[in-house]
Amino acid sequence: MKQGNFTTWFKSGAPWIWMNGGAVAIAVIMTLGLLAMIAVRGLSHFWPADVVEAEYTIPGQPAITLIGEVTTREQVPTERLHSAGLPVDPEKTEFMERELLKVGNRDLNGADFRWIVADWLTDERYPEDIVVVERREWGNFYGYVQQVKQDGKVIAEGDQAWQALQPAVDRALEIYSDIHALETGAIGKINSQLERIRLRERGLELDNALTPELQAELDAERKVQHDLYAELETQLVGLYREFNRDSVHLRSMDGREVDVSLGKIVRVFRPNAMGVGAKIGHYFSKLWEFVSDEPREANTEGGVFPAIFGTVMMVLLMSIIVTPFGVLAAVYLREYAKQGVVTRTIRIAVNNLAGVPSIVYGVFGLGFFIYLLGGSIDQLFFPEALPSPTLGTGGMLWASLTLALLTVPVVIVATEEGLTRIPRSLREGSLALGATKSETLWKVILPMSSPAMMTGLILAVARAAGEVAPLMLVGVVKLAPTLPVNGNYPYLHLDQKFMHLGFHIYDVGFQSPNVEAARPLVYATALLLVGVIAALNFAAVSIRNHLREKYKALEN
Amino acid sequence: MSNTTKTHAMDMSALGRSQQELNMDKESIALEVPGLSLFYDTKQALHDVSIKIPRNRVTAFIGPSGCGKSTLLRCFNRMNDLVDSCRVDGQILLDGKDIYGKDVNVTELRRRVGMVFQKPNPFPKSIYENVAYGLRIQGVNNKRTLDEVVEWALKGAALWDEVKDRLNESALGMSGGQQQRLCIARTIAVEPEVLLLDEPASALDPISTLKIEELINELKTKFTIVIVTHNMQQAARVSDYTAFMYMGELIEFGDTNTLFTNPSKKQTEDYITGRYG
Repeated sequence: MKQGNFTTWFKSGAPWIWMNGGAVAIAVIMTLGLLAMIAVRGLSHFWPADVVEAEYTIPGQPAITLIGEVTTREQVPTERLHSAGLPVDPEKTEFMERELLKVGNRDLNGADFRWIVADWLTDERYPEDIVVVERREWGNFYGYVQQVKQDGKVIAEGDQAWQALQPAVDRALEIYSDIHALETGAIGKINSQLERIRLRERGLELDNALTPELQAELDAERKVQHDLYAELETQLVGLYREFNRDSVHLRSMDGREVDVSLGKIVRVFRPNAMGVGAKIGHYFSKLWEFVSDEPREANTEGGVFPAIFGTVMMVLLMSIIVTPFGVLAAVYLREYAKQGVVTRTIRIAVNNLAGVPSIVYGVFGLGFFIYLLGGSIDQLFFPEALPSPTLGTGGMLWASLTLALLTVPVVIVATEEGLTRIPRSLREGSLALGATKSETLWKVILPMSSPAMMTGLILAVARAAGEVAPLMLVGVVKLAPTLPVNGNYPYLHLDQKFMHLGFHIYDVGFQSPNVEAARPLVYATALLLVGVIAALNFAAVSIRNHLREKYKALEN
Repeated sequence: MSNTTKTHAMDMSALGRSQQELNMDKESIALEVPGLSLFYDTKQALHDVSIKIPRNRVTAFIGPSGCGKSTLLRCFNRMNDLVDSCRVDGQILLDGKDIYGKDVNVTELRRRVGMVFQKPNPFPKSIYENVAYGLRIQGVNNKRTLDEVVEWALKGAALWDEVKDRLNESALGMSGGQQQRLCIARTIAVEPEVLLLDEPASALDPISTLKIEELINELKTKFTIVIVTHNMQQAARVSDYTAFMYMGELIEFGDTNTLFTNPSKKQTEDYITGRYG
């Protein structure tokens, strides 16, 4: 009887439904879990955690005071602590809790982080006047504000010091943005002008056309730039003097005192004194800094804006290259080529090209685009810059081309698919009105298959935006001094190296000198990368849906 | 009706058709097929068909499925060229000139011999642009000219009143019958000499069918019309001449009244009385 019930149940198809539903559920859970994990780990990094001050006593040693943020807690086997040389008894307890404390003050302690055994921490307290100082170098400083100085003279002390500090920091930040604008703007321009003058001179020299008159002309131009620079330099020196005028005297957890110039400070805050509102404000200001600012301290602090910019620009450039290329190839294969063995072979080859590992494309890009093509172009068109390469080195252009090559198969396949789905009756309708084949193609077939092309482009963008391996060979760098689009002539610098979110994750997480500090940024950057790809895809999908809407009645 | 001997033949007066004096010998000939065979690879689809299509008349091709009537129709504007395996043997004379000749410009031919298909196939463009398509292909871009032609063609296709307020809306939003009349408008906009209709009403409801039929009646004053139809009543209603085809051969061709009321061939009689097909 029971057997019979089981058979009936099996035959009813219910197990299939359960299996199908289960597969979907697992996929959804995995996706959501992945997003949730990187979101939680990444986004919590920007929250101003409370800073604890406590006495830490390793048995048999004098107690020390620690100030820092607890970043992780974990259970470890006592055995392991014991073998690390800590005076614990593995016989008594099997597991002990330890905490990773971010103590900062790398200039004083040599490391930002410290593992401590939770049991030995006593007298934990959260004094409101502990300050966190984010610095441009040496990481965070945790401690107390003692004095604020102006030109070496104390202007505020004790309780007033904190009051005086904030406006002084704001003033320094303002000057910093002026200095930054001057250095990257006007001075950057002079440098690029000087470089162009040098290249022109060298070019004339190579052509044996450098007459004394021309030389004089170039020298005059150079002098103009130098004068301009001298002028800016005095301005800059003045700014720097103002910038470094103020300093703050700080005391660390172990009583050591340091003087920090306000010019080195990005932000000061007292997390223990902040209310929820203030913390939220601080959180969003940090988040905004992350997406809009340049990286600091070997990419472990600051923002990732150049990487976002590089990623998006590279993907857009790749789209601009790959779409016409793929569509033209697909049109030829589907509309003009005789459908035979050769065409079939080409089609199979194209399909298989999509399965070639991406690093192979990177190698090809390096060997063909950069060394062969770029090298030849340098010989022919930029001999004056040699031996430093212009296009004979990795850059935005070659990276986009390499990725376009990588993604062209999906565009071809999707476009071909779209072309085959255009009803024959529409082609005939156009031809019957006296249109030629190419007129039919341009006026009817291609507009109608545009949704399919967009599908191809969506797949291409999804693949290209997440690709890192080939880029490491053809133009991505850890830190690019300027964006590929900037104010210096010719404004668009496709020969420049650029930053990329995917590579940034790898670099920050695994190549950085301060892995612990950078780990939350790995998650945050990963989340951002997912977000950027999603945004790019969403844009492409909405364009496609718009096109589909336009041509939808043809489906039936 | 003088011919009452064949009682089973169709009663033409019942179809509301007035008796016309038609005489093939007096007609001016628009298209002449002196003898045409057509092959798909090795399979022969048309067997030495000879027919003369009179000018400004409606000629209907009837016959069972697969008899080659659509194939023959598609020869008139060389639509069969699009089929790779298709080979044509013979001539078709348009105004005395062979359209399969070596120096014939096929796109020019298709301008002179327009075609409307079984299923409405408007382009995914606005109503206006659909009608203007043929002219734009010819390089006409003058707004005034286009406006005039579009209006004229839509009026010619009895569609103007229905769409004049929404010329810029997508043609895909129209009903099937409107779409088919739009296709007719699109075709007549380039002012062809011959209009080929390949079962133009087979995908439409009865009211739309009626409208198309009325339209055919009006259009024949300006165009030579050749229509392929499955529906014998329709052929009887709209055509002046009818050709009956069977198995790739032209069995009988004559004025519609005679063919339906007094067919000379046994096969024709069997078909129109519904014994097969």
